[in-house]
Order: sequence, then C-alpha cells, then structure tokens
Amino acid sequence: MANKTYIAAIQEALDLALAKDDNTLIFGEDVGENGGVFRATDGLQAKFGEDRVFNTPLAESGIGGLAMGLATQNYRPIMEIQFFGFVFEVMDSIAGQMARTRYRFNNTRNMPIVVRSPYGGGTKTPEMHADNLEGLVAQVPGIRVVMPANPADAKGLLLSSIESNDPVVFLENLHLYRSLKGEVPEGYYTTPLDQAAIARQGDDISIIAYGGSVPVALKAADELAKQGINAEVVDLRTVSPIDIKTIGESVQKTGRVLVVQEAQRMAGIGATVMAEISERFILSLKAPIGRIAAPDSIYPFAQAENDWMIKADDVVEKAKEVVNYD
Amino acid sequence: MANMTEQNAKVLDFDYQIQQQDEAFPTLQILNNAGQLVDEETFNQSDISDDDLVAIMQRMILSRQLDIRSTKLAKQGRFGFFAPTAGQEASQMASSYAFKDDDWLFPGYRDIPEIVVKGWPIWKAILWSRGHAKGNEMTTEDGKPVNAWMPQIIIGAQYVEAAGTALGLKKRKQDAVAYTYTGDGGSSQGDFYEGINFASAYKANAVFFIQNNGYAISTPRKLQTAAQHLAAKGWASGLPSMVVDGNDPLAMYLAAKKARAWSVAGNGPVLIETLTNRLEPHSTAGDDPLRYREQSDIDEWWKREPLIRMRQFMTDKGIWDETKEQAYVDEVNALIDDQIKIADNIEKQKISDFIKNTLEVPSQAMQEQIDKFESEGK
Ligand SMILES: Cc1ncc(C[n+]2csc(CCOP(=O)(O)OP(=O)(O)O)c2C)c(N)n1
Repeated sequence: MANKTYIAAIQEALDLALAKDDNTLIFGEDVGENGGVFRATDGLQAKFGEDRVFNTPLAESGIGGLAMGLATQNYRPIMEIQFFGFVFEVMDSIAGQMARTRYRFNNTRNMPIVVRSPYGGGTKTPEMHADNLEGLVAQVPGIRVVMPANPADAKGLLLSSIESNDPVVFLENLHLYRSLKGEVPEGYYTTPLDQAAIARQGDDISIIAYGGSVPVALKAADELAKQGINAEVVDLRTVSPIDIKTIGESVQKTGRVLVVQEAQRMAGIGATVMAEISERFILSLKAPIGRIAAPDSIYPFAQAENDWMIKADDVVEKAKEVVNYD
Repeated sequence: MANMTEQNAKVLDFDYQIQQQDEAFPTLQILNNAGQLVDEETFNQSDISDDDLVAIMQRMILSRQLDIRSTKLAKQGRFGFFAPTAGQEASQMASSYAFKDDDWLFPGYRDIPEIVVKGWPIWKAILWSRGHAKGNEMTTEDGKPVNAWMPQIIIGAQYVEAAGTALGLKKRKQDAVAYTYTGDGGSSQGDFYEGINFASAYKANAVFFIQNNGYAISTPRKLQTAAQHLAAKGWASGLPSMVVDGNDPLAMYLAAKKARAWSVAGNGPVLIETLTNRLEPHSTAGDDPLRYREQSDIDEWWKREPLIRMRQFMTDKGIWDETKEQAYVDEVNALIDDQIKIADNIEKQKISDFIKNTLEVPSQAMQEQIDKFESEGK
C-alpha cells in the first residue's frame, strides 16, 4: 500500500492496463507528450509509444467515432474528453451510438470503450468546463456511469471499466484529483462495477453519496459523530446502474436517509435513489428522505463556484433534521 | 506604385479563386447516357472483364427489384422504414463491387443494397426495417459476421465511425479499407468533416462517398452549401477528392477501385462525390416529392438512370439481352419471395430480450424487469 493522490491512482491504472493488453489504446486531446491537461496520462506515450497513446485532432465527435471504429477492430479504446462540459459535442457517439451497439446488433457485438473525463467543479476553471452532467448520461440505457470517490476505488474501478465489454463513462472528480490522497493497493486489481460501498459504518442515518459528494458526506459524518449522531455513508461508486441492494440494507438498518449530490437538484441521480427507496423500502423509513444538492441554476464558474457548491455544514444540518424527525 | 506580383494578384482575385475551384473538379465519365464509351482508353486500361460487367449489372438489378418490392410491401404496411434507391444503382452497387469481403462497410439508411450484397440476408434487412431485434444481427445466413455496421440513421455518424475502423485496419496492417456513404445533405454535418479529417490526419484506410442525389428530403443540393463541388470539401483535409458521374456504372466502379487501391497502399483516404439523382420519394413514410420538385425534372432523370445505359452497352457488346435480364429478374424475385416468408415466420420478439440486449450483465433492476416480463411470456 502506498499513499497516493486520486490522479496518481488513475495514472497507475492506465499504465497497468496498457501493459496488460496490447489492444488497449489511449487517445484524446493532448494526452500524448503533455500527458493530458491534468497529467492523467503522464509518461504513458513515452513508455508505450505513439501507436498506443496518441493525440487526436481537436474534435470530440471525431474522438467518439474513432473509439467506436477502433472497438470494431477489437481494440479496447480509452478515450479522454478533456472536460465533461464538452460532452455535448460527442453526445451522439456516447448516448446515441456506443450505448446502443449491443441492442442494435442483437447482442452479437461488444463495445468495450471507456470514456474518461474530469467533471465537477471547485477548481476555478473557465465557463463551461466544470459541470455535473452525470444525470444526463445515467439516463441512457446500455452504458455504465462510474464515479469513484477515493484513490483506491479510482484505480480498481478504472481497471474494471477497461475490462468491461460495455461502454463505461468514467467520471473523475476535478476537485479530488490532487486534493485527495489515500492508501492504494499495489499492482493490478479490479473493484467490481455496479456495487456500492459502505464508506463509513453507522446506524443512526444513511447518507447516500457518490463521487465528489462522498468526501463532503464523510466530513459531515465526522462532525455529526462529535454531536453524538452515528451516520453511515454509502458510496454508490457506479451511478448507473445503481446498486439497490446495498442501499436497501443500509436503509433498513438506519431507517433514516439523506441523499447528497454535487449536481443540481432537478432530475438526476439523487432523485432516482429517492424514488427507488420510496418504492421499495418506504415502510422501513422513520422520516422523510432528505436531500442536499446544488441549486437549479446553470453551473457557475470561477469564483462563484465556492458559494454555489454543496458544503459539509449543509449536510450536517439536514442530517440532524432527518434524525430528529418523529 | 510598383505592379502587383502575379502571385499576389491571384491571391486577391476572388473571382479567379471561384473559377479555379470549378476547374479543379471535372467529372469522371466513361459511359454516357446512350451507353456509349466516351473514354475508350480508360475503359481498356481498366481490366473490367465481361464477368465483372455481368456481376455489376446483376447487382444493380437486384437493387432495383428490391426497391420495387420494398416499396410495394411498404404500401401494404408489411415493411418498416424504407428509403428508395432507384436511380442510385451505379452509385451504390457499381462502387461497392470494387470492395472485398474484408473491407468494412459503414452504410447510411439508404444503403441497404450494399449491405445485402456483402452477405446480409434480405430477410434480416426486412426485419431490421420493422425494428425486429433478429434483424439487428450483422451476420450471413450461416451466422458468419458481415463486415458492416447497421444502417446509420444519424446523418454523418457513420463517417467518424468509419474513420476509427480505418485507423484500426491500418494499425492491424490489414489489406482492407473502411468505406462509407452519406448524402449531399450529410456532407453538411460536422461529423462529415471530423470523419474525413481524422482519417486523413492518420492516413487511415478509408474511402468516403458522398451520394449527391439532388435532395436532402426536400432541401435541394444548392441550399446545402455554396461550394460548387461537394468533393472540394475533401481538399481542406488534404485528401484526393473527385467528382464522378454517379449514374455511370463503369466510372463508379473504376473510381472506387482506384481509391481502394490507393488507400490500402497506405496513402490515406479518398473522397468521391457521385452525381446522381433520387428518382423516388425520400422514404416510403409519406414524402411527396412533387411538393418540392417538378414532375418534368423527375422524368428527365429517369431517362438518365444507370440501368438503361449499362443495358445498352452490354447488349452492344453481345453479353446481355432481354432474355438474360428477364431470367435474372425472375430469379431475384423468387429469392425475395422466399426471404419475405422467412421474415414473416420469425418468432415475435420479446421485451425481455430488449433488456437483455442492453448490458452484458444486467443490473438488479434490469434483472427484475427481465424476470417479470419472462413470467408473463413477454
Ligand atoms: C443528425 C440527423 N439530422 C436529421 C435527420 C433527419 N433526416 C433524415 S434523412 C435527412 C436528409 C438527408 O439527406 P442526404 O444526406 O442528402 O441523403 P439522402 O436521403 O438524399 O440519401 C434528414 C434531414 C437525421 N436522420 N439525422
């Protein structure tokens, strides 16, 4: 085990995947010599050559189509979209095309593509770079949306995503890239997709979070513990499809739920989680389900982000409301 | 003030530039409307054998009969979506004859005949048009994979996908290319540019076709772009680009064959604009061409359709006649009859199959839905 940043864990997973299978290719804008704008692919072109790790012309739809065509030739493309705010340009490739391949070929073809992209905010990028658009892709059948919340998961989930025969949108939290460190096991290992994790055990309330909202929830749980409330934090890890079983076990144990997401409140992952709980476990609930989400506005940028983004204090407040409801 | 240099005068002369573009794209034609060779030398150098001519003619007849029968079936409500192909047989069938089994076809929704001659059974094409999942298998009758994608509905998407496969073929050092078709309307899409540019930047194995058939639904070619030649769009990406008489089977076959050979040799992609015309409605879903074009224009183009000139040329050569043609038409129709029967007898599809075809391993919620539908026999 070594203590590593989230981005270092991702870089390590990519390195291991390239070493393991010659069919694995990495491409995107500036991923070559430059190692990507966040250095996720740092050193990989030098190590594996321009045939395996290469820059593309600046055209997202072209990158998506390239991935599909290469997958048709039995490659396992790992394509990078520089910021998830640019996903609209390649939305047809992702949602309209790769997600439908299995269906369109009556289950006779695989589409083993990983779409890697930084998302979220809090790093003062220019307008339209930062965004929480996971709900948009999670709505699309035929595709997985994976959002790791810590370095160990980032590595294990990325390797599983690369092994997947279905397309995976792998979203890396911009803010966590360098701000979060954690113990990362050595060598090649995979963390199963579609399975939530219990990030913290507790029995007073289940705080359900994913991606960048998990560290916020954990921080809130520490504060709640000081106030005598023992919160359980469920980290969804894969937000589409959602692991209902793990959520159900936690909800049945605590009877109280708070859903936390960085994305705007409207539609989205949190709403789906609340709907599944209401439909399946409502009789286990002792209080209405609480929700912390960003306001329903366009994602603000640069300095405005700080005021807008969800905070641990808000989570603490809302959790106390849910716990004290009777 | 000193006189301008000749070079600078040209750069600043916009009329000259426009005229240049026009001069840069002469149309390749070998066989004229009357079925006469207009370029005997090119034909003689082309190595087109009599067998090739017969094969191309047969493919064009297959396509025409498929068109006639599909349109009829659509009127009876027994077909799903169908985009007529009459008039485009040379553009589609003679060009695709230049490609091999190992080459990868990326068809648009109007390019069903190209996939069929690659081995996709007609009954699957019929099921695809009806939205039956069994039609979604890109395999031959014996279950062998056909190197083709499903007909693409999103205009332009096949261009970027073809570019990816073209790069894959180059990387794998395959003796094969990816070839793809779009329309004059499709050449306005962003994906069109991204596709040709990616393939060109990587010098990948690709041949791109623009079937300039006069209309994108109701929008005439001239409203699509001010570019005088759609082929000129290839120049910006650095590719050899040409305009071909799309109703001339010999020119189409030759252009495609040359483009394929050039690309397979590692030189990068080629772009081919085919000048043809759509003689029938945009699709069988109720488009009335007379809302946007004159009957006289349609009649005029019917006189220039590719089967007429090929029939004349081959008859003059002594390798074709009415009896041979009728025999082949009958053969094809018997085949289509059989294929319709197969399609009609395929088991009804199940909702549970739709869900099973979504992810390799279904999620809990999906599995619950599969179980529920299966228990209801759906
Ligand atoms: C991205 C996209 N936009 C719009 C359409 C709707 N549409 C279907 S066919 C068509 C016209 C296409 O014309 P063209 O590319 O010239 O091909 P043709 O049908 O003439 O063969 C349009 C607008 C579509 N299928 N995809």
